[in-house]
Amino acid sequence: MKISGRAWILGDGIDTDVLAPGAYMSASLDILSSHCLAAVRPDFAGAVRAGDVLLAGSSFGVGSSREQAAEALKHLGIRAVIARSFGGIFQRNALNLGLPAIACDTLQTDGISEFTLAQIDIAAGRLDVGGRQFATEALPDFLLSMIADGGMLAHLSRQQADIATGPGNRMTGETS
Amino acid sequence: MPTIVEKILSRASGATRVRAGDYLTCSVDLAMVHDSSGPRRLAPKLAALGMTLKDPDRLAVITDHYVPAHDDASREIQELTRNWVAAEGVSHFYPEMGICHVVLPEQGLVRPGMLVVGGDSHSPTGGAFGAYMFGVGATDMAGVAATGQTWLKVPRTHLVKLKGQLAEQVFAKDIILALCGAHGMDMAGYEALEFAGPAVTAMPMRARMTLCNMSAELGAQAGLIAPDAVTANWLARRAPDRSPIDGFSDSHWASDSDSHDGTLFSLDLDSLAPQAAAPHSPANAAAITDHDSPQFTVAYIGACTGAKLDDLRAAAGMLKGRTVASSTRLLVAPASRADQAQAADEGVMAILESAGATILATACGMCAGYGPNRLAADDVCISSTARNFRGRMGAPGSRVWLASPASVAAAAVTGRLTDPREMAPHESPRNTIGGAS
Repeated sequence: MKISGRAWILGDGIDTDVLAPGAYMSASLDILSSHCLAAVRPDFAGAVRAGDVLLAGSSFGVGSSREQAAEALKHLGIRAVIARSFGGIFQRNALNLGLPAIACDTLQTDGISEFTLAQIDIAAGRLDVGGRQFATEALPDFLLSMIADGGMLAHLSRQQADIATGPGNRMTGETS
Repeated sequence: MPTIVEKILSRASGATRVRAGDYLTCSVDLAMVHDSSGPRRLAPKLAALGMTLKDPDRLAVITDHYVPAHDDASREIQELTRNWVAAEGVSHFYPEMGICHVVLPEQGLVRPGMLVVGGDSHSPTGGAFGAYMFGVGATDMAGVAATGQTWLKVPRTHLVKLKGQLAEQVFAKDIILALCGAHGMDMAGYEALEFAGPAVTAMPMRARMTLCNMSAELGAQAGLIAPDAVTANWLARRAPDRSPIDGFSDSHWASDSDSHDGTLFSLDLDSLAPQAAAPHSPANAAAITDHDSPQFTVAYIGACTGAKLDDLRAAAGMLKGRTVASSTRLLVAPASRADQAQAADEGVMAILESAGATILATACGMCAGYGPNRLAADDVCISSTARNFRGRMGAPGSRVWLASPASVAAAAVTGRLTDPREMAPHESPRNTIGGAS
């Protein structure tokens, strides 16, 4: 699975309150998304384009379990998030929504200008940006297939259809 | 020689031996959601899947975020929640009884050896009972609701060895803040923490809950304490008819010796001083006496982290016979109705109110910026909650410091950071207000 897009460059510790502010949590996804990242990048929601990717520092998505943190990014058209490390629940949520959130502990964005084209090969575990290449985290096959299906719900729907054809393990797809 | 985590995940997955890095499909013993993460998110996702709630008896629904309803949006969320719970036949429905992480154990539902998921990031609180409990988002939760299963990468288990004993006016909250200050919010790398040592053995259940609750702030997926007599005593009163899980006695759910496969973190409690974390991260924690103090406009005692019965008692110990500084508002939102009722019986609530505290609704409230009470742009708050991220409790310009309930109470009296040991209780709270529960 390959993704390429304009890269937004973000720093460390972007938390879920910044991605999905509590004050807009009862509002529609449209409204919530329009405040995504506003505390650190007021221009983000207005300037983001479908197909963009995020390159971020450590602990991206740290904080709450609110899935809207990942959902807002997906809603705004973000295709992938590569970060030095993630808040664990955020990463789970993003993967479950079919938004690739992939750790790259060697990621170094100093000197890479914003909106440079980033190319990500998820299965191969590689990020190419600004003439540099980084190894990204390897994901197991069932997560790759879940992302390819468009997230956990689509994955479960497909597996539900497959259940008629034989026993299997719903989530990871291994036969027991 | 497995850890407690490997034992729990082995039983939940049906695998004879699991190891860090394995991806598993696990059966979930219990799922918990609140009014924000629950029915309003689950219903449309289950509908989209064309699936229904697999087992209504394995789901607990606890309303705590949009309560009490104060506008049309929160009223609609409460109505949707009540209707869905009734339609789906959910038996474990606890409306407006307190914060989910406190109500779930009050009901005796979290038990040793269980795999539990919660639709909230402070779900590791349940680890205090020897369960593996972790927070998940809405899609994850929909998967659990529909299938009774979830996926999991087996984490390493980092042992947090707490040596010595806590001094007077030093609490579980100070332990976690000290760990955040020393190791940062990614200390656990989304793996598991197990807390152990003589101080843990001596800790009452609610202090253990505080420890496990803020495992979230140390970046852990789960934080656990092996069950012992304190755990058994809690459950004997709240789940007298419980039967062992799959025939295992509680003592099975413990790490075998030398089984920990993560990093060893040690903290010497004998020399631990009361802590405070400066804005805007719990990782900005240091001893109270090592900070330059701002002038506080608000002191907040609330949340699953910092407003349980023991927390209210500790605050009352500081506030007995004293009054809140004229520059500061003290707001108290007890973590559960049961804890509030017990605190009222003990005279704790009266002490807080005489000192000048305003008592707010038992709910998540200000901690997460929900409800009508929010910090203004020029507010500087000291809070017994778990997180002081920018804008979380209100306006982006507001500034939040974190500390233990006793330290928040001491600061409410002086208007500034105050080492609670310098403001010893007029009388020992153990003698004047209640005993152990």
